Amino acid sequence: MRGTTIATSGPVEVVLAEGADEEGFRRAVRRLIAAGIPPEQVAWTTDTPSLFGAPLPEAAPPFPLPRQAADLVRLVHCHREPERHALLYRLIWRLRHGEKRLLSNPADPLVHRLQQLAKAVRRDLHKMHAFLRFRRTVAADGAEHFVAWFEPDHFILAATAQFFVDRFRSLRWSILTPEGSLHWDGETLARGPAASRDDAPKTDDFEAGWRGYYEAAFNPARLNMRATKAEMPKKYWRNMPEAQAIPEMIRTAPSRVEAMIEREAQMPAKRDPQKAVAAMARQEPGSLEELNRIIAASEPLVPGATRAVLGEGPVGATWAFVGEQPGDQEDLAGRPFVGPAGQLLDRAMAEAGIDRREVYVTNAVKHFKFVVKGKKRIHSKPTMGEIKHYRWWLGRELDFVAPRVVVALGATAVTALAGRAMPLMANRGPTTFENRKGYITVHPSYLLRVPDPEAKAEAYARFVADLREIRGLAA
Amino acid sequence: MDERLSAKLRILADAAKYDASCASSGAPRRVAGKTGLGSTTGSGICHAYTPDGRCVSLLKILLTNYCLYDCAYCVNRRSSNTPRARFTVDEVVAITLGFYKRNYIEGLFLSSGIIRSPDHTMEQLMLVARKLRRDSGFMGYIHLKTIPEASPWLIEQAGLWADRLSINLELPTDAALSRLAPEKSATNIKSAMGQTHERIVEAKAERRRFSPAGQSTQVIVGADETTDESVLATSALLYDRYGLSRVYYSAFSPIPEPSALLPLKAPPLQRENRLYQADWLLRHYGFTVDEIAGGGEGGMLDLKADPKLAWALKNRDRFPIDVNTAPRELLLRIPGLGKRAVDRILAARRHGRLRLADIARLTASLKRALPFLVALDHRPKTLDRVDLRDRLIGQPEQLALF
Repeated sequence: MRGTTIATSGPVEVVLAEGADEEGFRRAVRRLIAAGIPPEQVAWTTDTPSLFGAPLPEAAPPFPLPRQAADLVRLVHCHREPERHALLYRLIWRLRHGEKRLLSNPADPLVHRLQQLAKAVRRDLHKMHAFLRFRRTVAADGAEHFVAWFEPDHFILAATAQFFVDRFRSLRWSILTPEGSLHWDGETLARGPAASRDDAPKTDDFEAGWRGYYEAAFNPARLNMRATKAEMPKKYWRNMPEAQAIPEMIRTAPSRVEAMIEREAQMPAKRDPQKAVAAMARQEPGSLEELNRIIAASEPLVPGATRAVLGEGPVGATWAFVGEQPGDQEDLAGRPFVGPAGQLLDRAMAEAGIDRREVYVTNAVKHFKFVVKGKKRIHSKPTMGEIKHYRWWLGRELDFVAPRVVVALGATAVTALAGRAMPLMANRGPTTFENRKGYITVHPSYLLRVPDPEAKAEAYARFVADLREIRGLAA
Repeated sequence: MDERLSAKLRILADAAKYDASCASSGAPRRVAGKTGLGSTTGSGICHAYTPDGRCVSLLKILLTNYCLYDCAYCVNRRSSNTPRARFTVDEVVAITLGFYKRNYIEGLFLSSGIIRSPDHTMEQLMLVARKLRRDSGFMGYIHLKTIPEASPWLIEQAGLWADRLSINLELPTDAALSRLAPEKSATNIKSAMGQTHERIVEAKAERRRFSPAGQSTQVIVGADETTDESVLATSALLYDRYGLSRVYYSAFSPIPEPSALLPLKAPPLQRENRLYQADWLLRHYGFTVDEIAGGGEGGMLDLKADPKLAWALKNRDRFPIDVNTAPRELLLRIPGLGKRAVDRILAARRHGRLRLADIARLTASLKRALPFLVALDHRPKTLDRVDLRDRLIGQPEQLALF
């Protein structure tokens, strides 16, 4: 059938399903556009076809539409307005006939009208997300089922489904409305027939508690029903358990406020808890053990980490060596500097004449940050922000240990101790870290990575020389 | 939910209601996996409104209202005779999940009176959030109140679980704070805000999760003599220095068990409303504190006119503004035209010169804007009239013959 022959036989009649029939509308629009039928010659209906209307032309392929228009269709087709399809088709027609940029003109009467309809649907969706209330039932097999009864203004049941699936994916729930129902079993969504309020459970064991919460959250000194009704129109109240309390809350508000104002300042009935108030100030961990308990119980602040690796060595140690973070072996053993780098450090200290029993070793970051590649856990460098998450702990730890010299091994330790990033090599040597006597040198793992044997030996010798200087600093 | 728990809930919700912030917005969109629960939509949802017009979005409660502090403006101060209660961590988790599953709430807003010590209290708050997220797979919104006197490591931990952290400034000046809240210190509050701000900025730059919806604060208005101008100056400083997402203004409200240090009368609620409007102008409309204050008298905002209208009435020489030619920042100065309306005008005028009928489709409050704008078929005639103010803010009370 051709568009030209249709034009002579009266308007084309398009029959869509009752409610929101986006698919039917799309199919019809494709065929109308393909046949070149202007909006004036289309009659949209959700009734049975009349005897006089011309039938719709044959099936046609999809055509491109600006995304903004597709969004409008998605919303407006849910509206209760009987003219919605005609308005949408007029828009599509104009977009395809020389007014490509029509939607960028919000002052155009048609665009404005459609935006208003879309806004009403958006609001309806939003109110359904907000005001729908589930009631819990328990089946004979003990399975929980959450059921809600809701009366939306528009045909939005299908459009709202994704929101509830996303939010309550792990629950089994049903939403009943006068237009149809949705059922989610934890995996699939099913559409069901229209329901009535009596199909939903009558009560829920949390409702009294919720209503009590709602009443307590109200401040009677600020009664403002105009605002309440604007945001939560009365039509929603009958399906909201808490709203049943509103009339009584309004009625008693003035007398409650009067009672508050008339009540003068009272003497406290209880004795002033002076001891407890004074004790409040002593809240920080009082020893290294207490601090370590906190660190061990805390959530890692870097990804990958499995457990905290705490510092090791005597309180009152002469030297504290601060590394970057525990590595793979330290994480497994739960002790710092036990891997290859730690062994190298021990050897160098022995050569430099530093008594290992006088040394405290720890890390700037207390957890092993890694990414998994195959079977391996690959060390990954902590970021500036991650180092800072750990700074307070490191500071308190060093306060308790109170070493004569704090040695930063590598750039991460420098950042943690200095509170800012500093170039390592340019600052290598003696320094102070916020009033602590300090020293900056390389991390022993760097010595392991130098590829050329000669350069490696040289780097090691320089490291030992640093340690000698560090030994001297403690004197 | 049993009776005993319901009774505690009433006490601890009542005790938390004086905190004005309720937003569940700003969190990144996320959805729970197969075994978890909850989602965030970005813009937040208000699940109910109480008869004071305030939204119920989050379960806003205190962990306990026992408190060692003695802040005069607070109903929970240690010298008050208010009924007390205390939740366990597990109880808060159970109520949050129970309410969430019934679609009563978007998530949890948890605060607390100070028990034992600030560290102990903050740790309990953090543990609730951790339990919800880590053990229950809860993906809804969590707002944690930060106790500024708590040790910094607790902020580092709290930010891992919370969508938003907030530290209440409570009083707009340091002097008022030390007079009315003896256990608090402005230095502590600002240092905690500074730490939180730094971590939020770093985490954002490094694409990590740390209080992704930022931090906010609350200022109580009308409990001391501070003017609106200096409240706004404080806000401007907070936005600028600590990157706050929001400053909430709470008109001091008479509380049961009042302290003798407080004024007997509450400030007009309109004052709070005007401060919010002014705050909006500060953040989104390019106004300065001086300009906003200039619209009122003696550092106080005009209670009868919104701050933009008040400013326009005192700066009539800057009007009328032609909607067909003026740049965005000038359009934003026209009373009655919001940001949305201005954007629509800018879009529409690319399609042709605008008449009043067009503008009527682009804004809902054309009447207020009319005296200040020029359109193709409109030039205002009332701009110089002495009674323009009265015409716009409604008639002065009618007199009747008696």
